[in-house]
Amino acid sequence: MANIQQLEDLTTQVRRDILRMVHKVNSGHPGGSLGCAEFFVSLYNVIMDRHDNFEMDGIGEDIFFLSNGHISPVYYSVLARSGYFSVDELNTFRLIDSRLQGHPTTHEGLPGIRIASGSLGQGMSVALGAAQAKKLNNDSHLVYSLHGDGELQEGQNWEAIMYAAGNNVDNIIATIDLNGQQIDGSTDQVLPLGNVKAKFEAFGWTVVEINEGNNIEAILNGMAEAKSKTGQGKPICVLLKTVMGNGVDFMMHTHAWHGKAPNDEQLAIGLAQNPETLGDY
Amino acid sequence: MKTYINTGSKDTRSGFGAGLTELGKTNENVVALCADLIGSLKMDEFKANHPERFFQVGIAEANMIGLAAGMTIGGKIPFTGTFANFSTGRVYDQIRQSVAYSGKNVKICASHAGLTLGEDGATHQILEDIGLMKMLPGMVVINPCDFNQTKAATIAIADHDGPVYLRFGRPKVANFTPENQTFEIGKAVHLIEGTDVTIVATGHLVWEALEAAKELNEKGISAEVINIHTIKPLDKKAILDSVGKTGCIVTAEEHNYLGGLGESVARVLATNKPTPQEFVATNDTFGESGTPAQLMEKYGLNADAIVKATERVIKRK
Repeated sequence: MANIQQLEDLTTQVRRDILRMVHKVNSGHPGGSLGCAEFFVSLYNVIMDRHDNFEMDGIGEDIFFLSNGHISPVYYSVLARSGYFSVDELNTFRLIDSRLQGHPTTHEGLPGIRIASGSLGQGMSVALGAAQAKKLNNDSHLVYSLHGDGELQEGQNWEAIMYAAGNNVDNIIATIDLNGQQIDGSTDQVLPLGNVKAKFEAFGWTVVEINEGNNIEAILNGMAEAKSKTGQGKPICVLLKTVMGNGVDFMMHTHAWHGKAPNDEQLAIGLAQNPETLGDY
Repeated sequence: MKTYINTGSKDTRSGFGAGLTELGKTNENVVALCADLIGSLKMDEFKANHPERFFQVGIAEANMIGLAAGMTIGGKIPFTGTFANFSTGRVYDQIRQSVAYSGKNVKICASHAGLTLGEDGATHQILEDIGLMKMLPGMVVINPCDFNQTKAATIAIADHDGPVYLRFGRPKVANFTPENQTFEIGKAVHLIEGTDVTIVATGHLVWEALEAAKELNEKGISAEVINIHTIKPLDKKAILDSVGKTGCIVTAEEHNYLGGLGESVARVLATNKPTPQEFVATNDTFGESGTPAQLMEKYGLNADAIVKATERVIKRK
């Protein structure tokens, strides 16, 4: 298992990948991607028990679904740096004929992706279906998923959240990226989410809070706690408090960089704050 | 002229239920999901036989489609069951992204399609579902005509790797196709050979087309009747071969003429062999409450309407 310093170095490199990918095509979503870099690095390098080779059915391994598909830059970077495809392919992000579509898809056959996402609010249902398939297959591995906090405004989530508890789907760990921001402003300004923890608990879920969602040790500890609570009849929700735009000072704590790419000068500043560690693609 | 015998009227939804029951016994990967309509969809027997493979999702159709998409990851073959309106329009984006674009092996099984749902009225009588589903890339769209064919279609779609929309209905209708038939997706079924007009019909309108052919025969008009159970992929060759012989065509369906079978046929003809065509379909309208027979008459979807459309189209040859 990688040590904390190695994971932090990898996270720095992933941040560089994110910035360079969105800068090159002058489009994409850096804010949420940067906020979840530590989570993705921890998930793919430590938390999940996964196979090296990609098989769609994911039998006998932990599998992951990204519901808020617009943070594809962090997903693609971590998938590539986890060996699912060449890091050189990150050069093709959002370009014509690329497998790295603006939002993740199975359609172009990119290894690591099991469902299309981008139209929000659908990933929880898909993850629960996969979790129930695992039970039918007597597969004791887990299903992980990630959802935006603003995404909880989509009603389908609450259908799924009610279903999961009612059917004792206890082999899922659904993480909510609580960064408090969405396109038009803070979640409080757009449509307040209220007490998310109380809501999940009222629906019958076990909730684990990770208050330092950009601290790798805190993520590892929190996710280990979440894993320890699986198999007890209740679905598990992790509330991951992150800072949007984390690691690039002018992108932090604002919704302004939700879906905007840095210009040349801003890229240079962002890269200077995140020196190359493992080598750029 | 070849004639067909109604061996006893049955609802096509019961054909679905019978097919699902058989699949439960023969294919352990088949799972079923239902949104609080087990009795209406005739899924009771599958549920009783295989409680571990049956998922009651409650009144939450969007979640049902997502769950089904997820269950394919792990090798399951999910059959979802609810009314046609809630199987399509209500969950279009879920089907589009999580099923069709994602290429998932989900079978969307929809009962109570069209006007023949009857008294519940327009909120439940979807007449747009064929159009919605056929526009999705990769989606197969099937509308079988009777109990026996619906059962056979249900069994057949489990062997097709990819998303399928299977449409059927509520009322008891004539059951006239062979028991235990082999169902071939995309292969039209020639029911009556004829020389003056081609009538292609789908779903409940196939029996009406046979009744119309009898009446036309008495009037000295020889109608060729083809059952197009699969609207996508469409059996173009069967249509073109037939109009090559008859020179005109009537399409008949329990659906809006916009987006239905008729439009698919018109495209084939326009790009291959322009041919006079008349549409027996609803005319860009919602339905209303009434008995199935009353509604089919009022909205022009019965044998009489097919006869009149035939007489019109023959004059245009």
